Amino acid sequence: MARRKGVLVMDAEAVETAIQRIAHEILEQAGDDQTLALVGIRTRGVPLAERLANTIEKLGHERPPVGLLDINLYRDDLSMISDHPVLKKTEILFDLQDSNLVLVDDVLFTGRTIRAALDGLTDLGRPARIQLAVLVDRGHREVPIRADYVGKNIPTARDQRVDVWIDEVDGRDEVRVHQEDSDSPDARGKA
Amino acid sequence: MRLRAGHLLGIDGMEADEISLILDTAEGFAEVGTREIKKVPVLRGKTVINFFVEPSTRTRSSFELAEKRLSADALNFSASTSSFVKGETLLDTLHNLEAMAPDFIVMRHSQPGAPHFLAKHSRCAIVNAGDGPHEHPTQALLDAFTIRQSKGSLKGLRVAILGDIRNSRVARSNVYLLKTMGADVVVCGPPTLLPVHMERLGCTATHRIDEAIEGADVVMGLRIQLERMKSGAFPSLREYANLFGINAERLKRAKPDAIVMHPGPMNRGVEITSEVADCDRSVILAQVTNGVAVRMAVLYLLAGETSSEASA
Repeated sequence: MARRKGVLVMDAEAVETAIQRIAHEILEQAGDDQTLALVGIRTRGVPLAERLANTIEKLGHERPPVGLLDINLYRDDLSMISDHPVLKKTEILFDLQDSNLVLVDDVLFTGRTIRAALDGLTDLGRPARIQLAVLVDRGHREVPIRADYVGKNIPTARDQRVDVWIDEVDGRDEVRVHQEDSDSPDARGKA
Repeated sequence: MRLRAGHLLGIDGMEADEISLILDTAEGFAEVGTREIKKVPVLRGKTVINFFVEPSTRTRSSFELAEKRLSADALNFSASTSSFVKGETLLDTLHNLEAMAPDFIVMRHSQPGAPHFLAKHSRCAIVNAGDGPHEHPTQALLDAFTIRQSKGSLKGLRVAILGDIRNSRVARSNVYLLKTMGADVVVCGPPTLLPVHMERLGCTATHRIDEAIEGADVVMGLRIQLERMKSGAFPSLREYANLFGINAERLKRAKPDAIVMHPGPMNRGVEITSEVADCDRSVILAQVTNGVAVRMAVLYLLAGETSSEASA
């Protein structure tokens, strides 16, 4: 396990609370809309979407279907980066057409990932509405995109790094902020 | 991630992690092929020249479709229409193609090593689409992808490759790939079409088809080119079919869940009977479908710049 550095901004309990609250907010908006569906952005958006779906089910509603979206084919910087990111499978097994969709990701930063995700979704169908849920909004948008549901707003400096660990992927739930340094040991998180 | 060589010239020399990377990436592109809109914008603005000095329909079409699904611009340049017939050298042709600033050249040539020559002199990424009897890397990759689809993994499988091994780039690339990925390979053909050096590549060689098929997980037939008969490699098509053709009776020796493959085009009734080619264990058409996804993956992985570190 990588050494834990930086300031702890969310522990496992805070992550769980955030998911609970977002689930409630989604339901408040959606009511008993049968077309509610979640799409997690690979990698860490996927377990978050699954947990939101489980929570929504526990609150007495039908479990919304969860899709997996890989946005790498829609990035706007593919021609600028030397190594293409590893492509993973997009798996959306329900009909996007006319669905009430909530896109789920771990960190909202520049907004470019979400822009790519919107492009990707457009190729797969035409949802009636797309909303965005993120665990952390750290600011510094480069495109006009905002989140509808935010777990926690974390004010950061541009050169800071937000690392997110999600239990299903990393073995624990945690969010930390630290100063970016040159020998960053892993490629965790988007920012 | 990208491919270390910056080109795809052959399977020989590639390592297992690179092969796995291509196959894993192809999974993502296979999904694109099942969508209603079968197009992604990854290679927007990139130009691919399909430089086919030897005639080919299916490989070229497969590459062309892969390029189109990646939103690249594809230009076909074939032997019959090229200045080759007017006596231009390969190097001059390359310089002329490069003057049009392509990002990739996909090349089919009758001379082994022609793509390697191009790679040495070219600024763009070269993909070998078959160089004489030497290698056909994308075919071996799509075969591996198809095997993985049915069997989950390549490791420990017994793969029988049957037919004209001597003249087959498909056989050679497959042997390299399957050995690297930990499969057992047995090659089989008439003595005239089975070079003695094959065992040096790490596979078993036999002239008895029953022995080759025995216990196989994968039975792969190769196309017999009718010209070979004229050159005296075997006396008649009927005799070839009798001694080396894959039929239902022989297939019984393979594992009950064995799959049947063929790179096409098939000579029905010669190297494979229609009964076998059309049976539910045949994955011959899946090979064609997977070919597009695998070629998309190769182009995608070659597309990065050759410069410094990535920051995702």
